[in-house]
Amino acid sequence: MAAYEVVIGLEVHSQLMTQSKIFCSCSTKFGAAPNSNTCPICEGLPGVLPVLNKQVVAFAIRSGLATNCSITQQSVLARKNYFYPDLPKAYQISQYELPIAEHGWIDIRVHDTVKRIGITRIHMEEDAGKLLHELPEEPAGKYSFVDFNRCGVPLLEIVSEPDMRSPEEAREYLVKLKTTLEYLEVSDCNMEEGSLRCDANISLRPVGTSEFGTKVEIKNMNSFRNVQRALEYEIDRQTLLLESGEKIEQETRLWNADQGMTFSMRSKEEAHDYRYFPDPDLLPVIVSDEWIAETRNELPELADDKKQRFIEDYKLPEYDADVLTSSKHLAHYFEECVSIFPQAKMVGNWVMGDILRALRQRNLEIRDCPVTPAHLAEMLALIEKKTISGKIAKTVFEDMFTTGKRAAEIVKERGLVQISNEGQLEEIILKVMADHPGPVAQYCDGNAKTLGFLVGQVMKATQGRANPQLANSMLKKKLEERRQA
Amino acid sequence: MLLTVPERFTGFPKFLNNTQMRKKFMDLYTCTIRELHDKLRSGEVSSREITESVLARIDEVEPVLHAYIRVLKDDALAQADNVDEQLRKGDIELNYLTGIPIAIKDVFCTKGVATTCGSKMLEHFIPPYDATVIRKLKTQHAIIIGKTNMDEFAMGSSTEHSAYGVTRNPWDISRVPGGSSGGSAAAIAAGEAIAALGTDTGGSIRQPAAFCSVTGLKPTYGRVSRYGLVAYASSLDQAGPLTKDVFDAAVMLQAISGHDPQDSTSIDMPVPDYTAALVPDVHGMTIGIPHEFFAEGIAPEIEHAVRNALTVYERLGATCREVSLPHTDAGVATYYIIAPSEASSNLARYDGVKYGYRATEYVDLKDMYGKTRAQGFGSEVIRRIMLGTYTLSSGYYDAYYLKAQKVRTLVRQDYEHVFKDVDVLATPISPTPPFTIGEMADDPLTMYLGDIYTIPVNLTGVTGISIPCGFTGDGLPIGLQLIGGHFEEEKLLRTAYAFQEHTDFHKQQAQVTR
Amino acid sequence: MKISEDQVRHVAQLACVELEDVQLHEISESLSTILLYMDTLNEIDTSGVSPSSHIGKLETVFREDEVKASLAQDEALRNAPDRAGAFYRVPKILE
Repeated sequence: MAAYEVVIGLEVHSQLMTQSKIFCSCSTKFGAAPNSNTCPICEGLPGVLPVLNKQVVAFAIRSGLATNCSITQQSVLARKNYFYPDLPKAYQISQYELPIAEHGWIDIRVHDTVKRIGITRIHMEEDAGKLLHELPEEPAGKYSFVDFNRCGVPLLEIVSEPDMRSPEEAREYLVKLKTTLEYLEVSDCNMEEGSLRCDANISLRPVGTSEFGTKVEIKNMNSFRNVQRALEYEIDRQTLLLESGEKIEQETRLWNADQGMTFSMRSKEEAHDYRYFPDPDLLPVIVSDEWIAETRNELPELADDKKQRFIEDYKLPEYDADVLTSSKHLAHYFEECVSIFPQAKMVGNWVMGDILRALRQRNLEIRDCPVTPAHLAEMLALIEKKTISGKIAKTVFEDMFTTGKRAAEIVKERGLVQISNEGQLEEIILKVMADHPGPVAQYCDGNAKTLGFLVGQVMKATQGRANPQLANSMLKKKLEERRQA
Repeated sequence: MLLTVPERFTGFPKFLNNTQMRKKFMDLYTCTIRELHDKLRSGEVSSREITESVLARIDEVEPVLHAYIRVLKDDALAQADNVDEQLRKGDIELNYLTGIPIAIKDVFCTKGVATTCGSKMLEHFIPPYDATVIRKLKTQHAIIIGKTNMDEFAMGSSTEHSAYGVTRNPWDISRVPGGSSGGSAAAIAAGEAIAALGTDTGGSIRQPAAFCSVTGLKPTYGRVSRYGLVAYASSLDQAGPLTKDVFDAAVMLQAISGHDPQDSTSIDMPVPDYTAALVPDVHGMTIGIPHEFFAEGIAPEIEHAVRNALTVYERLGATCREVSLPHTDAGVATYYIIAPSEASSNLARYDGVKYGYRATEYVDLKDMYGKTRAQGFGSEVIRRIMLGTYTLSSGYYDAYYLKAQKVRTLVRQDYEHVFKDVDVLATPISPTPPFTIGEMADDPLTMYLGDIYTIPVNLTGVTGISIPCGFTGDGLPIGLQLIGGHFEEEKLLRTAYAFQEHTDFHKQQAQVTR
Repeated sequence: MKISEDQVRHVAQLACVELEDVQLHEISESLSTILLYMDTLNEIDTSGVSPSSHIGKLETVFREDEVKASLAQDEALRNAPDRAGAFYRVPKILE
């Protein structure tokens, strides 16, 4: 196995968060009724012409600068010609020679080492429509069905250099790229809705050689995990072939997540000749120095910088800072909460612990978190003021999360206020001692271990509401009195 | 004194029993926009009368000429009544085109009205939108009277390549009217419309204008919006008018020009008052005569007529000077690489999925594509799609497409250079007079070579006009081409106008004979 | 340049036009004649000349990112040669 070195390059398609499509004014909204977000332009009717959405270029420049690319000041939109039912004009408007951005890089961290991955190019293009192979009223059979809603939704294609040497690096690169695009607010990178898609090129070569092996393209990997799995599978497959003296075929393969295997796409193996040429309907995209400078000045703080700041400003451990800045929205949530309840470590623990766990269980994003940062801060303040115990807080939080109610309300409704009233506690303690004469006697005989059991009984009797420190000290006092007596 | 027209004027020939009345209405279809506009202004005629006169003329000559793919008879009359009513109430302004019947080449999308491009592929295609130029004509309350015949997808120089039959030349019905806007040119020459819209990709307005002895203007690329014009070759296509004289051409240009935010290649520049520029004076102007346009191959009668036109200009005080446009000969090859390349991509959308023709029998998707396109397109369109696919294909792109784009730069430089020295250029339109139907059928290259004088205007994006300048011994029309620099339409129209003010070739009317 | 019937067949595949043998033959003949004429361009020296893919001003035209009404579903599908409900219907695509 170790005889081969893996060479991986990724092509990422990311849907840009514009309101309207790249060449027409139709909405980009996901999930509309079929063929209802279309117009003569994105349907490719005879006679129509495209006009470029300025926001697409703005997003492309922002992405290019954030990934250390140089921006092409006169880039060209070109037609990529091929026939497919989801492509209404039978050409895709894309970029070929002179893409909007080139020659960049991003740094990734694998096993505590930083590695630089080159970015070959970033280009703008339009998405195609969606094909279905069955409908409720038309079971799978003789037909396929076309919905053009997605046609013309703007995409960035980001092509990396073949700089990755393991599936793990590929995964880290993807995570980093996704985080960057999210931080830039150019894409929501939702893999399930297809707003982030990834194809991989992978080849093997004997360790120590510099010539590339035959590359295979893998498509249809719809999650980070699947990217890693597909690449791992493909390494095994190619290694086996090479070791048995066979040749790797240059081809495109589809990942099947259910079977955990890649399959050759023979039906698409016909020779492609896309006949790219500059689109005569669109003038070159001219980007001025001022536009570039302005975009550079307005670039938001990216993950790496934010992480550094979290370590310094909030005195967070590196691990915490890493987790909290892994998404812009998570970092924002954290900072929002800290601005109200300024105990960063405690906020961090809750965000990384209970919040993320609850979100994961319900498959939600931090943006959809039913507990707002302000409400979390309120709850933390209740702990701080000893109104509720840390333990009770867990219950309160669960309730906040499911009902959307605020902490104080829940505490009041369910009577969860911590019992710190000595008179009230004394009554309970005396009853617990009366109910458990055995352990009390053991304590008096010098077995201090039973104190814990008795505290537990007090907590049980108060459904956890007794102030644990107070309960502990009062109980101890009462037992000592008993022993003396 | 003439009677005012009865409110409900119906049944054209039946109603007219008085020869004077008959003359009055019969003549309306022969009038220019300017003449009819004056009559509308004075209240002498109504838009309905004009429209009926034109429709009656269509009834009379259309069976012979076949200039139209679709005549919108009822719709046109309804539009005319509406215009008359609104004018009477004072709800609308009387613009030059208000109430004037205009024919539209069937390459412009008209909302709710079938737009075929002369192709079986689009036989039943009903656009859900209007082309920008159509919208502009409608804003002026022009009457859209019908959709004219054309070479399929504007590919051809004879209007023989239409899925809906050939159009005949009103001057000699055994001959072609030119193309691809042959239907529009024949309609104007025969009085089947007062003015018409065409498109010009390599001469498709100017050459049929010359063949039919009408005025045809190809504006500067970017002057008129291409939105809604079904694309043939996007970097060359431009819409323009075919009219009875230069004044009307100026009126039409005025109406359709201007920046369109829906066309990225349309230019955001103010539109001048073109009719105001029509001063019949060319004193002190320099007219360039490119000697490459008078080389071998030109019919002597045509050279004679064009040279004769130059003497008219000299008499009017212009200076004619020989100039050189060295890459003229390369134009045809350059054009017939670029245009089919772009066309091969523009016409790929006709695949039987979204609109238009779909083959009835096929085994799978690929077969459906292949049969739909083989059956839906005519042979000339298929030839150009094949040619363009080849010139863009891997291994040939550099040798053909890229090479042609470079030569295009050289042609442009020729023109930029020459326009430093001259105001306009004067040349023939076509090396030959209208040819007979079927004559070029088996010889595409010869037909392509006939575009040699008109193509450079499209390659360079400048403006050109064709105006009648004589007839052959057989009575076939001859056109004079004047070429102006980018956005020099005012100067170009003025030069053409001066010629028509001092000649009457444009006033000759075709006697359509069966 | 002469173009063979095999090349024409390949081009026809790229262009998705199913040609019969007679047409293949006719087109390879006429394209050969035309391409031979095109080759005259090779006599022109274009070294150092940049290609003109656009004429007119080189000024990017943008639209603002604003949503406007789309076509009504039925209007959008009105010209479809074959449809199933709100979808265009095509022969099955083999994956």
